[in-house]
Amino acid sequence: MTGNGWKEIGLAAGLVVLAALVPLATDGYWLSIAVTAMMYIALATAWTLFSGPTHYISLATGAFFGIGGYLVATGMSDYDISFWVMAAVAPFVAVVLAALVGAATLRLSGIYFVIFTLGLAEMIRGLVSWVQNNFLGSRGLYVLTDFTEAHIYWMLLAIAAVVYLIGWLIERSRLGFAMKIIGNDEGVAKHLGINTAAAKVALFMVTGYFTALVGVVIAPRYSYIEPNLVFSPELSFLVVIMALLGGTQRLWGPIVGVIPFTLIWETISVSFPNATTFYLGLSFLLIVYFIPNGFVGLIEKLVKRRHG
Amino acid sequence: MDILVSGLLLGGTYALVAMGLNLQYGVARIMNLASGEMLVLGALAAFWLFTAAQLSPVLTMIMVAPLAFIGNWLIYQLLLRPLVRRAKNQGQLEVDSILATFGMSFALVGIMVAIHGEYFTYSYLANPFEILGTTVALNRFVAFVVAVIIGVALVLWLNFTRPGTAVRAVSVNTEAAKLVGINVPRMSALSFALGGAVTAAGGTLISTFITLDASVGVIFTMKALIIVIMGGVGDMRGSIIAALLLGLVETAVATLIDPGLTLVSAYLIFLGILLFRPQGLFGKRTT
Amino acid sequence: MNRREVIARLSTGLAAITTASLLSFSALAADTIKIGAVAPKTGPLAGGATVSQWPNIELWAKEVNDRGGLKLKDGQKMVEIIEYDDKTNPGEHIKAAQRLATQDKVDFIIAPYGTGFNVAAAPIYAKYGYPQIAVTSISDQIGELTGRYPGLFFTLGSTTDFVQGVVNVLSGLREKGDIGNKVAMVNVADAFGIELAEVARPLFTEAGFEIVYDKSYPLGTPDLSPIIKGAKATNPDAFVAWSYPPDTFGLTEQAVIEDFQVKAFYTAVATAFPAYGGKFGSKINNVLGAGGTNPDDPKIADYRKRHKEVTGKEPDYWASANTYAALEVLAQAIEGVGEADREKVTQYIKDNSFDTVMGELKFEGQNSRKYWTVGQWQDGVFRGVDAVNIDGAAPVRLKEGWN
Repeated sequence: MTGNGWKEIGLAAGLVVLAALVPLATDGYWLSIAVTAMMYIALATAWTLFSGPTHYISLATGAFFGIGGYLVATGMSDYDISFWVMAAVAPFVAVVLAALVGAATLRLSGIYFVIFTLGLAEMIRGLVSWVQNNFLGSRGLYVLTDFTEAHIYWMLLAIAAVVYLIGWLIERSRLGFAMKIIGNDEGVAKHLGINTAAAKVALFMVTGYFTALVGVVIAPRYSYIEPNLVFSPELSFLVVIMALLGGTQRLWGPIVGVIPFTLIWETISVSFPNATTFYLGLSFLLIVYFIPNGFVGLIEKLVKRRHG
Repeated sequence: MDILVSGLLLGGTYALVAMGLNLQYGVARIMNLASGEMLVLGALAAFWLFTAAQLSPVLTMIMVAPLAFIGNWLIYQLLLRPLVRRAKNQGQLEVDSILATFGMSFALVGIMVAIHGEYFTYSYLANPFEILGTTVALNRFVAFVVAVIIGVALVLWLNFTRPGTAVRAVSVNTEAAKLVGINVPRMSALSFALGGAVTAAGGTLISTFITLDASVGVIFTMKALIIVIMGGVGDMRGSIIAALLLGLVETAVATLIDPGLTLVSAYLIFLGILLFRPQGLFGKRTT
Repeated sequence: MNRREVIARLSTGLAAITTASLLSFSALAADTIKIGAVAPKTGPLAGGATVSQWPNIELWAKEVNDRGGLKLKDGQKMVEIIEYDDKTNPGEHIKAAQRLATQDKVDFIIAPYGTGFNVAAAPIYAKYGYPQIAVTSISDQIGELTGRYPGLFFTLGSTTDFVQGVVNVLSGLREKGDIGNKVAMVNVADAFGIELAEVARPLFTEAGFEIVYDKSYPLGTPDLSPIIKGAKATNPDAFVAWSYPPDTFGLTEQAVIEDFQVKAFYTAVATAFPAYGGKFGSKINNVLGAGGTNPDDPKIADYRKRHKEVTGKEPDYWASANTYAALEVLAQAIEGVGEADREKVTQYIKDNSFDTVMGELKFEGQNSRKYWTVGQWQDGVFRGVDAVNIDGAAPVRLKEGWN
């Protein structure tokens, strides 16, 4: 284990502690921004866990997130099951799904994998709505709890921290080594006797678990769950965009992607309430052209310049 | 018979949605997430000219296509070409084009919302039309006929003309195309512009029978991506067949089983095809 | 919409993009009542909010300011509206509402658009003590929600009332011997559609109706012809669709194409939009739909005229008037209290009755039960034919063909 690795995790731990103090400093607007940012940090880090090393761009975030949110809502609102029971159960449903999808998509590569995962989320939304409509019935999916924004924030922070820790451990394990080789050249990996299939599926399951868990935690914040809002293709895209903006080569990439992204997003929403979408679009374009390698690239360039 | 006719008509609609993206992704290698917005822009033009000047959407289509061609050519030259030049490999270009076109889609939605934030709804050729004993909407039939014309024209152009062949060559292998003296950047710009024109033209017709609004583009982008991938990247026949297949399956399921399952069945077919043919129906195995 | 209007709107639209920003940077007048508003300008619900929500805010603010502002103890104060776009995303909505409460420090907030958003935002309104007079929020959980949030008021009814209205209308026709027992029912397989269908099944059965066709379709189905064909094949007396805007248009168009002959044809959300009448013209004469209004009521007639004059577009025939009425309630409560004290204003709303375009509104258990449930397009106007606690319902007519 290198000294750098320990430094990284030490720094991360310090940041987690600092981040945990945010709700003590503010409980209004800035906290609501922090919750949103933390949600994306957790989602994007979970995404990077799988997609970073393998270079497989997954648009399944909406599917897993939706499963989490939707199951919690159905359980609580139609069956009077407690939030915590559903929180324990729902992510495992996502894990099973991730295992099936992982196994099914082993032969797919590049764009075919991307669009497969996109179709998956849509299919699950359709299936879930149909099952509910015809067999379960519903009088509205309300998730009414006594959680405050601070509670939700801390839960998201805990998820993000755990995901990061897992990612850090994986990077230093045999699995992480295997993933890096797969990402560089799958053929080489196979020749080296790495069970690429098992490695990929395992990692995808981890991603699925935590993405669903984020969906679970967000459900009480939304309070009223509509399938087309939780199984959201836009969420899948946004998570990818944020992770890419950050840079996927480092585990901390998504974090440095999400934070500026959220702040830019907020500045635009506030400054141009009647044309938010338009200016957001422009800002994406500017970022692509002027920060070509994501914020990670930018930061590393600055660091290098200072040292050199 | 009902199923066959209605299904084919729906398939025609899907073909209009997907053919443009096929050109843009298959040849120019731009995974255009703003494709749906381009379609909605065409729809907005049709709605707008119809309500303001009672102009037939078919006429609008004829006007919109060249405008969209020019617009998309400019988008490619000004906004996407720098990314293509910058990208070291296909992966890098994919990432950059996802980010850039996602930004464009937002910007386009913003512009359209400012012009008309409500539903684009009007009535054009919403009359019954009898064909092979089945009653269909005339506007859907018109859209189908145009889809067939565009589809056949594209397939013929790609297979039997010099520029078409050059475009296909770029689609199959960019490097080799360069070596045999094909002007790859020019062909890419041409395909991207042509794809945009086809999509926008499709939008004008689709607006006659589906109620759209400024924010609905992403749904069409997703449908288009799925059809293009199902048919195999860069293969026009593949996209057309995939579109028709999807239309037929959805209509058959809606009629015979349960309309609630149309979406599920469409995606099931898509997932199923990819499982057995990971490169799509007509795609070539990449090495 | 005529040509001049379209061109005007195009140019204002484009100008809006460039100037919208400047407005929000302009110096704020010191002595105003600040009112926040968050609702979709983009995303799936934007099409509805642009018809029912935003224009009424514009109209209300202009009228209040034209008469010199709100009359308070220390003189009249103008209202200043601060708007945000929630992009039809609950997370965005929460952020914007928080911003209004803690950064912009607005005095009051106009309730959100849509059931989900009203429920999602309720904890924020409650935390900062804002009264929340919800309009476009139809729920069977009113009791639990008002118990939880003491400042939350409902004005458009419960899901059961909403469905019961349709059952009443059909039962009325059956009693007159105009229709039989057979109902074909379809619904969009999304939150509200699923809920309505679920509530409707037992209500129809109890009322002695037989549901001969009961299917759902996914949100965004591009071709609804199999559904109309399927429903038609069961030869029903009445067709009921718990639909959302795009499919309300789509189902109606297919019914015209298929020449679907039923005596009663009902589609839910957006049937009351002027655009619905504009699209189909006389073909949809006697189509039933959610909502309704009484255009002969002088107050409503006057409101509709002012709406058209100020915003340049017609209000819808349902929630528009309720939305405006909710704003009137807010204004009267603020003036009644005489200061921007949120707690007192909330209490004032609970204790008093209000004179609005919807007539006299009074809240019992934070719920004002005065609304139209079913309307019908009758000769170019969407008239209310069934209501809760409102008089003046027009007699229901039978649908006779699609011409």
